[in-house]
Amino acid sequence: MDLVPTPSQTVGPFFHFCLTTDKNCVACIAGPKVRGERVWLSIRVLDGNGEAINDAMIEIWQANSEGKYNHPDDPQPKPVEPEFLGFGRMGTAKDGSCEFETIKPGRVPGPEAVLQAPHLNVAVFARGMLKQLYTRIYFAGDAANREDPVFALVPAERRETLMAHPDPTHPGGWRFNVRLQGDDETVFFDV
Amino acid sequence: MSEGINERSIVTPYRRYQAGTQPNSLCEPYRSSVRRAPSQPLILLPHTLSEVTGPVYGHGEIGETDNDLTRQHAGEPLGERIIVTGRVLDSNGRPVPRALIELWQANSAGRYVHESDQHPAPLDPNFTGTGRTLTDENGAYRFVSIKPGPYPWLNHYNAWRPAHIHFSIFGRAFLSRLVTQMYFPGDPLFALDPIYQSIPDERARQRMISRFDLETTQPQWATGYRFDIVLRGPEATPFES
Repeated sequence: MDLVPTPSQTVGPFFHFCLTTDKNCVACIAGPKVRGERVWLSIRVLDGNGEAINDAMIEIWQANSEGKYNHPDDPQPKPVEPEFLGFGRMGTAKDGSCEFETIKPGRVPGPEAVLQAPHLNVAVFARGMLKQLYTRIYFAGDAANREDPVFALVPAERRETLMAHPDPTHPGGWRFNVRLQGDDETVFFDV
Repeated sequence: MSEGINERSIVTPYRRYQAGTQPNSLCEPYRSSVRRAPSQPLILLPHTLSEVTGPVYGHGEIGETDNDLTRQHAGEPLGERIIVTGRVLDSNGRPVPRALIELWQANSAGRYVHESDQHPAPLDPNFTGTGRTLTDENGAYRFVSIKPGPYPWLNHYNAWRPAHIHFSIFGRAFLSRLVTQMYFPGDPLFALDPIYQSIPDERARQRMISRFDLETTQPQWATGYRFDIVLRGPEATPFES
């Protein structure tokens, strides 16, 4: 059987009261007892005019510090801590930003079982976006970035758009911009 | 890492969407897409564990009245009471069990509780317009609600959205994540709505329209609509005939 999947439609401007209320947003991807390097990640979403988007929603999906996903289809014989959700979801504020608390993920097997560099998988939703866009967040300065098989698919001059950078004012803080369009447009993936 | 684990880590890829069955990011008649669509081509990503896994548990706490939007307040909301039911399937026709469905909608007057909705239609103190549920082992779900009204927006002169319910669905994989809208059959606004019309493929577009169903309809109580949702499924594995 080959059924046509249901098409995507925009999340629209009115999703917050369902998807990102205090009860339904997920700002903490990894609880305090989860092992790994703790990361406070601030993500800012900008449109083609460089203006902040205050009605976007960011979802994150990631592995734990051992590179294991909290999912039954991940066959790696590694533990998942009970407090590790692996998933985060927040709406952006007036300045287009939202902040997640998590841990830096480990390396996950990729194509041909070559290890990928630590990365977060990101889906971006907003009014004006008829479907979500997928991108990835890598960590600037990680030696594994040079070996990452997915990175190798991205033209060298655009790789920088996939990098989070340490926040010099905040130990453990990292910053990442999602630019939907224009100069320094973020690389989005056809998954 | 042992060789055996490496072999098992090579995942079954998911089916790709066929051309025209999903919207393009840029759809000029929908004005706010113009500055929010990438101008560079997307980069084709081979499917790895990162894409074929996804949040399947731990974020789906369900309350007792979460699937009945008519029982979340002291009194009953005004409007046509409806039952919306269906199944979540993958594109191979297999049910997707334990899928989290979240929905939100305007009230019968076409007004959202959301603070950004300032259109001059009344709020209903007995209606919030949000629900959530999990599909059962057969992929089935059921909500009770009231039929939302159409509402005006500022996209173009005299623009009105067809009545719709927003659906958010988590399947088994992050790549099968779906946010969509459910419409009602025969809406005269379909032809005028750039969001509905953003899907080029007619068969795919029809997927978003629920079907009136007399079997779901309950006498003296509520009309019934069927809305089956199809998520991307994996390609056939060598183990399948």
